[in-house]
Amino acid sequence: MGDETIRGRVWKFGDHVDTDLIIPATYLDTTDPERLGRHAMEGADPQFAANVRRGDVIVAGANFGCGSSREHAPLALSGAGVACVAAESFARIFFRNAINLGLPVFEAPGIHGAASQGDVLEIDPARREIRNVTTGAAVPFSPYPGFIQSIIAAGGLIPLVRLRLGEGRFHESV
Amino acid sequence: MGATVTEKILAAHCGGKSVEPGGFINASVDLMMANDVTAPQAIREFLRTGAARVRDPGKIVLISDHFTPNRNVASAQQVKLVREFAAGQGIEHFYDVGRTGVCHVIVPEEGYVSPGDLVIGADSHTCTYGALGAFATGVGGTDMAAAWATGEIWLRVPETIRVVYHGEPGEWVGGKDIILETIARMGVDGARYRALEFTGDAVARLSIYDRFTIANMAIEAGAKNGVFEADEKTLEYLRGRTGRKPVIFASDPDAAFADTVEIEVAALTPRVACPSLPENVKPVDELEDVRLDQVFIGSCTNGWLSDLRAAARVLKGKRVHAGVRLIVIPPSPAIYLRALKEGLIETFIEAGGAVGSPTCGPCLGGHMGVLAEGETALATTNRNFVGRMGHPGSFVYLSGPAVAAASAVTGRITHPGRVCGR
Repeated sequence: MGDETIRGRVWKFGDHVDTDLIIPATYLDTTDPERLGRHAMEGADPQFAANVRRGDVIVAGANFGCGSSREHAPLALSGAGVACVAAESFARIFFRNAINLGLPVFEAPGIHGAASQGDVLEIDPARREIRNVTTGAAVPFSPYPGFIQSIIAAGGLIPLVRLRLGEGRFHESV
Repeated sequence: MGATVTEKILAAHCGGKSVEPGGFINASVDLMMANDVTAPQAIREFLRTGAARVRDPGKIVLISDHFTPNRNVASAQQVKLVREFAAGQGIEHFYDVGRTGVCHVIVPEEGYVSPGDLVIGADSHTCTYGALGAFATGVGGTDMAAAWATGEIWLRVPETIRVVYHGEPGEWVGGKDIILETIARMGVDGARYRALEFTGDAVARLSIYDRFTIANMAIEAGAKNGVFEADEKTLEYLRGRTGRKPVIFASDPDAAFADTVEIEVAALTPRVACPSLPENVKPVDELEDVRLDQVFIGSCTNGWLSDLRAAARVLKGKRVHAGVRLIVIPPSPAIYLRALKEGLIETFIEAGGAVGSPTCGPCLGGHMGVLAEGETALATTNRNFVGRMGHPGSFVYLSGPAVAAASAVTGRITHPGRVCGR
């Protein structure tokens, strides 16, 4: 996750897509992204996992990822091949988990009304803009705060921790 | 400008410098908790940090609760992984079958949290410990792994919403009804990224268990944490559990709040959240046509001893309706034992209920009472999302323990006053 443009086909969902919909609890007895990916979004659309293609993108309404702290949710989406999630807003634990694990997430008010199932989107981090290639619409998104950008630039929280532990400077302030 | 309780606790954990809502901090962590579902992911990430040892094993608590006693081979493998990690890292606070229970009941019961602490847990209901005047928030496995390695967590300082409770709750009204009404007013994302501070004259009248129930569901309004100012009841609960000196913070009179929500609890009647969001709240009287297949009493929300007493009071001398399966799960060995000695377990079994050993069990559709397609349950738990307790075509209603017990007797959602003749 960095500056490269993401281009993918839209799977569209509504408001308050919770973690039980993203990955039902009965599948939490593994942390393997591939196995979790086979059940991604099962609660919201039982056909999703069978039909999603690597590089597809999810567009959702408000509060995407509300509920549990399970990292199995972003892992399942990554395992299913989802390239990124663009939503009106995100629940905070899901947002942290996605950033920490390197699943790109974009908070883009207006995106839900500007994309339909099957449209092709281009997410352009350099221009902070999501373009709907199918319709020509464009929706801006906010840049991440500096500290979150440093996690993204490192490739996730663990690479950042590894880097800082190695340099003996984790305990400097952010 | 003054500071809120949450801002003061966070400031105390990043070198005492003042913190501003919206700012990012690296904060030192007093306690790190993970369970059998989230610890395996944390271990996986920890192994990638390059750290050979966790920084402070004494601050780590690992609790098997979601799928224990192990429900299948995969969950047995996961707990085995956690058990071996704990042994290898010298983590003494590992809770296995026999000592274990629902993590958010075990952690306060065992005295791991004191007022003023900063706690993270790899479970979204970690916010429960805010009832004790601590900052407590849920995180994922990767955050947990980073904290194990470094002793710190990155946090965005949240704005605080003040929730003011007025008046004296009525006979059948408890913490669950109060928090459901609060979530109904705010919506499931009304407190997203923010802290909730529970205050007002009604708080002093609420038991510590009602406060646990309220703080437990702060996340269901999207909040980062929910906190009560510690008082005499807090200290009374902590007595004999911890020798640590409490650090009690109060919000300054000129502290800035993002919003204030005022709720008259004296006017409340028992509340029920309808499928499939905790904000779909109605008075129990409007739902008396809803037929039930299962009633579950337990969980980190409403499995406390006071909750089991409230349920037993309604069920004493009555029979569970023929069409209903009543499942009662005391959430810790200590609560189970007390319930046994007080005769509550006897009451549940004589009424026709099934009593299980401490686990999260059916709350998240794990085991011990999973729902089939088309079935409806009333549960004293915290989430009624689609498929939460089993099949995506099943339905979950949420209530406090007295409503749950009364509804088990009649087979429909029922005000406890009807069953108890009042």
